[in-house]
Parts: sequence; structure tokens; C-alpha cells
Amino acid sequence: MAIEIKKLNHIYGQDTIFQQYALKNVDLTVEDGEFIGLIGHTGSGKSTLTQHLNGLLKATDGDILYNGESIYREGFSMKTLRSKVGLVFQYPEHQLFEVDVFSDVCFGPKNLGLAQDEIEARAKEALELVGLDESFYKLSPFELSGGQKRRVAIAGVLAMKPEVLILDEPTAGLDPKGRDDILGLVAKLHEEQKMTIILVSHSMEDVAKYVSRLVVMNRGEKVFDGTPKEVFRHYKELEAMGLAAPQITYVVQALRARGIMISEDVTTVEEARDEILKLWRK
Amino acid sequence: MLRDITLGQYYPIDSVMHRMDPRTKLFGTMVYIVSLFIADSLLVYVAAALFLVAAIRMSKVPVKFMVRGLKSIVVLLLISVSFNLFLTPGTPIFKIGFLQMTWEGVEFAGFMAVRLIFLVLGSTILTLTTTPNHLTDGLEKSLGFLGKVGVPVHEVSMMMSIALRFIPILIEETDKIMKAQMARGADFESGNLIQKAKAMVPLLVPLFISAFRRATDLAMAMEARCYRGGDGRTKMKPLRYETRDRVAYLVCFLYLTVMIGLKIIL
Repeated sequence: MAIEIKKLNHIYGQDTIFQQYALKNVDLTVEDGEFIGLIGHTGSGKSTLTQHLNGLLKATDGDILYNGESIYREGFSMKTLRSKVGLVFQYPEHQLFEVDVFSDVCFGPKNLGLAQDEIEARAKEALELVGLDESFYKLSPFELSGGQKRRVAIAGVLAMKPEVLILDEPTAGLDPKGRDDILGLVAKLHEEQKMTIILVSHSMEDVAKYVSRLVVMNRGEKVFDGTPKEVFRHYKELEAMGLAAPQITYVVQALRARGIMISEDVTTVEEARDEILKLWRK
Repeated sequence: MLRDITLGQYYPIDSVMHRMDPRTKLFGTMVYIVSLFIADSLLVYVAAALFLVAAIRMSKVPVKFMVRGLKSIVVLLLISVSFNLFLTPGTPIFKIGFLQMTWEGVEFAGFMAVRLIFLVLGSTILTLTTTPNHLTDGLEKSLGFLGKVGVPVHEVSMMMSIALRFIPILIEETDKIMKAQMARGADFESGNLIQKAKAMVPLLVPLFISAFRRATDLAMAMEARCYRGGDGRTKMKPLRYETRDRVAYLVCFLYLTVMIGLKIIL
């Protein structure tokens, strides 16, 4: 197991009138090589949870084990943890600051104290992973398009060679093509680099297609945890939380209500097509 | 991290004091400050204390929260008290070297401390019960007469409210960028001064860029809604005096009269 979260609580502004529970008794185990979708409405605590995983926020109560070792243990190196658990923030392009793309990607590995040639090798590798070739290296990050900037920012985290990659709403504010590119990139990282991925999102459509496990948060609590099929069965409860199942779930439910009994486990348009064709041919 | 900082320390509850017109509160605070500076005898201070306690009660803000504001003046208080204790000429109590404590010094230092504490508490009531935006609204209206002599009152107050509005946003932004860079291994704490200054670059560059972006966005949004300065601009919620404000003005005048009366009699 890569990460184990035990009874995690986080309270903002404790002992003031602004006190607010951000996380309530969250238990979660992330296995190596998993592709998890973390879903919740704005303010459900999903971003807060991810910031605990690499030690940016300290829990009010509870424990987090990384490879079996508590990250709150005295002498635990947060720097190592942050290189192993890469966190890509929402709108990561806002963190770019260097004069050119290449030096910005070098920032992470440089902070790890690596040798110059290793830093450059890693930066090149990371930029290649996100699909930016050498013609981009010397451009200013501010000359790039939104999607390209975001890929640079993701490369900046990848250059640290994390084992676990957490992405907070990586598709926010992108056009459909940019969105598909980024999600395709993430899926590729999972398959080819064998990275453990946690994808934070509030869009079920984005997530349903890629992830093997879904965790749903609501008001700081974990409410559902299972495969997308299992979770989407609770589509009525999801709606009550201000979330929605993928549109195809509604189509399937409507068809079933009219007596066309296609399987409830359909979560993508492609699966639905196959199921409907199967019924048609019968 | 940075989220824990509370600026403008408005205390969001509902009380008569909170609902009062900001102009009334500004006037009351001014009257109170003036009254403290004319006070010079025990009885006058007692009157000032009564006024203060009544105001705190009316604001419904917990006393614990108010006293917290005094922490910032502890050093100032200690310095001014010790200066007054030892440097006031008069009947000596004891003498160490060139330092001597006098009875007059003790009396003067005591009044001084009380005056400072009252001053801070009095003005904290204003900021605790008035949102920053309300406050600038009140200032704009009360200082409106300066516009006649060419002071751009509306522009200044608009700048003030925008600045106030952006403080929490920029704090949040700083917090976010700091965390994002820390996630990339940046270290803002260790190292000597030069290293620390260098470590600020990855924080400051994105912060400035985002501040400029927000500024242009805001300017665009204001122009899109035909903003063109203060002339002829109406308000959605114009400031209007209610009965409680009239009563408050009356109380303030009464208080000031009593204070001046006490000063003349004693």
C-alpha cells in the first residue's frame, strides 16, 4: 500500500468563531498503481485532503502512513515525501515564474539537490512525457496557450519523479480538446509509468472514463468508495450532494423505467451503445 | 498557514452596534477619543470607563476577543509607562542612580496607561462592528464636503475599498502559490537572508502576475458596467440614519457635555 489515511480530521480556525470542520474522520487506503477519482462538490474537503497527503497541511487529528511510515513521526523528511507524492494544484500554470519553459521545469529537481546533468535529463524527460518538444524549451511560459502552460506546470511536478501523482481539477478552464489531451496524458502516465494517480474532479464524465476507483466526499466526510459502477448506482444520493452521475446513467435509468432492461452497470457512452446493440440483436 | 491571519478583524454577529450607521460610529469614536484627551481626573476616567463598558456591552462582541487587540500595544504601553514613571519630576519615592520614581510619575503613568488602553479598546469597537466596506462608505459620506475643495473623495474611497477587498484574495493566492512551490520542493524557511530573499522569487513573480491580471480584469468589469467615477453615482444601499443613530448622536453629545462639565467643575 502506498498511502494509508487513518481517522483524519482537519479543522480550520480552531477555537475561533470562524471554526470549520474541513475533514471529519476520513479513512482511506491508496494501493500502489491505483487510479483513483476523488469527487466532491466545492468545499467538500477534497482539496484539503490532497494537501495532507504531501504534508502541506497538518492534520488536527489522525495519522497518515506513507509506505507504512507515519509522516507525522519526528524526523520524517517532508522534502522526500513531497518528491514522492507529486501534487499538481488547480490552475497550476499560475505558479510558473521562470524566464523560459525549461528552467521552470528544472525548479523541482533543483530543489531536490541533484547534479546539473541529472536535473536537465529529468526536465527533458518530463517535457517529453507531456508532449512538448525542444522548440518549446526556450519560450517564455507566458507565450504559451492555456493548455500548453498547464502541461509545462505538470511537467514541473513530473520532473521530481513522483511515485504518486495527485492532480487537483487538472481540466478546469480548458476547452474540450485541451481537456481530452490532459486526461489522456494522465491515463498514459498511469499505464506507461505505472504511477499511482489520484484525480480530483467534480465532473463525473471526466472521471468515469478513466478511473478504476471512485471516492466521493461530502462536507468533509467520505461517503462512497468503490468502482464507478458501484458509486453511480447511488445517483440519487449523488444528486442530493450537488453532484451528478454521468448523463448516460440517466439515459439508462430512463430506458429501464420504460421497460428496456439494459444493464445498470453501464457508465460510459461506449458501453451503453454495446449494451443497447446486444438487446437489439436479441 | 496564512489563512489563520484575520485582517480588518470584523466580528460577524448581529447587534445594535453592528446595525448602526458607520457615520454614527465614526462620530462616536471621535467624540470618545477627544474626551479621553481632555480627561485629567479620576472621576472623568470613571465616566469614560462607563461609556466604554456600555458600548462594549451593546456590541455583543466577547470581551476576550476585544482584549486580544491590546496585545499589539503591550510594548508601546510598557515603554510609555516606564518613561513616565521615572522621568516625571516631583516628590521622589526612591532613587537608583540617576533614575528616580516620583508620586507624580506614578499618577501620570497610571492615567497614561488607562488612556492608551481605552483608546485602543474604543477604536477596536469600531473595526469589530463595521465591515471594511461599510467603513469606507461612511468615510466617503462624512468627508464628502472635502470634494468641494477638490479632494477626489470618491476615488480615494473606491481605491480603499478595492484594496481592502483584495487583501483576503491576495492572501489566499499567496498561500496557494506558496504551497504549489513547496510541492515542488521550494523551501521558504531555512537558509540565510540572501537565500531566503532568493527563495521569494518563485512566490513573488506569480503573485505579481496574478495581481496585475486581477487588476485588469476588474478594470474591464467596471468599465463594462459603465463605471466612470463618483459624479451622479447612486448607491444600491444608501446610508440612512435610523432612530438608533439619532439616539446614539444624542448620547454622544450628552457624554461630551458631561465630560467637559466635569473638567470645568473639578
